[in-house]
Amino acid sequence: MEEGHPNIPYLQEKFAVKILASHALRGDETVVVSRAGLQEFFRSLKEDPKLDFNFLTDITAVDYLGKKEPRFEVVYHLYSLRLKRRLRVKVPLPEEDPVVESLTPLWKGANWLEREVWDMFGIRFQGHPDLRRILLYEEFQGYPLRKDYPVNQCQPLVPEREIQDTFVDQRSRNKLMQLQHNLGAKSRS
Amino acid sequence: MKTSARELPVETMELQMGPSHPATHGTIKFNLKLEGEKVLDCGVEVGYLHRGFDKSCEQATWTQVVPYTDRLNYASPLINNAGYALAVEKLLGVETSPRCQFIRVIMSELSRIFDHLTCCGMASSELGAITVGFYMIEARELIMRIIEEVTGARLTVTYVRIGGLKHDLPFNFSEKVGQAFDKIRKILGDCDRLLSRNRIFIDRMSNVGAISKETALAYGLTGPLLRATGVEYDVRKAQPYLVYDQLEFEVPLGTKGDNYDRFVVRIQEIEQSMRIVEQALKGLPSGPVTLEDPRIVLPEKEKVYNSIEGLMNHFKIVMEGIKVPAGEVYFAVEGANGELGFYIVSDGGGKPYRIRVRPPSFIAMSAFHEMIRGHMVADIVPTFGMINMIGGECDR
Repeated sequence: MEEGHPNIPYLQEKFAVKILASHALRGDETVVVSRAGLQEFFRSLKEDPKLDFNFLTDITAVDYLGKKEPRFEVVYHLYSLRLKRRLRVKVPLPEEDPVVESLTPLWKGANWLEREVWDMFGIRFQGHPDLRRILLYEEFQGYPLRKDYPVNQCQPLVPEREIQDTFVDQRSRNKLMQLQHNLGAKSRS
Repeated sequence: MKTSARELPVETMELQMGPSHPATHGTIKFNLKLEGEKVLDCGVEVGYLHRGFDKSCEQATWTQVVPYTDRLNYASPLINNAGYALAVEKLLGVETSPRCQFIRVIMSELSRIFDHLTCCGMASSELGAITVGFYMIEARELIMRIIEEVTGARLTVTYVRIGGLKHDLPFNFSEKVGQAFDKIRKILGDCDRLLSRNRIFIDRMSNVGAISKETALAYGLTGPLLRATGVEYDVRKAQPYLVYDQLEFEVPLGTKGDNYDRFVVRIQEIEQSMRIVEQALKGLPSGPVTLEDPRIVLPEKEKVYNSIEGLMNHFKIVMEGIKVPAGEVYFAVEGANGELGFYIVSDGGGKPYRIRVRPPSFIAMSAFHEMIRGHMVADIVPTFGMINMIGGECDR
């Protein structure tokens, strides 16, 4: 990039109040913003013709337990297909209230990415249509990528889930019960 | 009971497909809402192959992460290796030798060919073209033998090291690649004749699973899925890494974004990858394949056994790991299924503080319901096949 890091000065000029910090380590332009009005901030990143960050590459989070205050940081990676530039946006979140606005109204792809962050870090996304665990199961206890989750932590056994009637044909279930009954009778004899 | 075709019941039915199903090579569950055979909606459940890649990486040293990256997309492990090593090298602020960069390009492209052959071969055999499936597996085997000869393993290669490579290419490498490519070109020609004007294949693939340019971008799709819709985004062209800017190749594009376009894009990318490998082999510079930086690369065994400095150097790297400066970087490479990005955070120690992989097939699966909505149950198979979801990468 000959022109240096053009996004950060422009962003600082435009959103001076919101940008808490910025750096461009190894050429990766990074801005740290507060979570207030986050969705609007991303909307202007997406729609401003000078920025044109129309592609949401990734959403993830980092737990800086005991290293930084506030504890969590949600990390967004954006890309501009037209200008061929990347931008990283970081949003610090406190431990007691890890909530941030969802980006699903702007990018549909944010849905699963935010679900994964919820699953792994327990960070809630306000306005998310379907915030469930995605890689782990509903009964999982704790958030494994938090630094205070021990690596050798065991999980309790989960009782078998009730089979929902929606997909089990009642006739086949009766047949199954009959079969089990017959088998039981046979083993007794 | 008399029921004519007119009075067939049309109430919606819920059907669970998977997690273990012969046509979904990869463990994944589809919760289908059907009206007859038409898919009204499809909920996708992933995570069956989740093994905690991120958490495992935080326990290992920077070097020990390399084998874990093999197990992400195990159809193209060399691209994962290279992507990870490049991300760490970016944070270290070092650049590897020209020969190493060329070899990484060659091995990445061989992996890409391998991945595309797997995807296309499996997808066509699932549609009944089993001959094509076997032909492509034969072609894949030719690549596999080359990879095996270079790295010593078939899938779990761990060939790339931070700051270089495990070792140099074997003797007569370029002749062997040339011979393999001749055979692959012949096989691909045969497959083309079997499929390109095959009525069954085209009917099953064309206009199925289509997705518009706007939807593809909204979901963040990359790779052949995005290029099939006509968006020209290839990390190798957009933000060239290694020596891709010195090599000539084209980015094949589709128009409709359906399964047939995806198939054609992949087949054409195989040809482009072979072009890249041939050019890279022609321009392959001589020189060392690893950096001579004792802070990053293990010393030669000669020094380890015969000098105290070498021994200490070896011990430090093995026991404590490479010291990567504190900071964070994101590095993306063009994986076979799309943009494969590594976001790494270091706290200055010998172990990664956080490693996040941007998994292209996870993101592709999040758009699956958009692709399949309104199509038949049987269309799930080719659509899922052309996404080429790899469980190891999707679920990590």
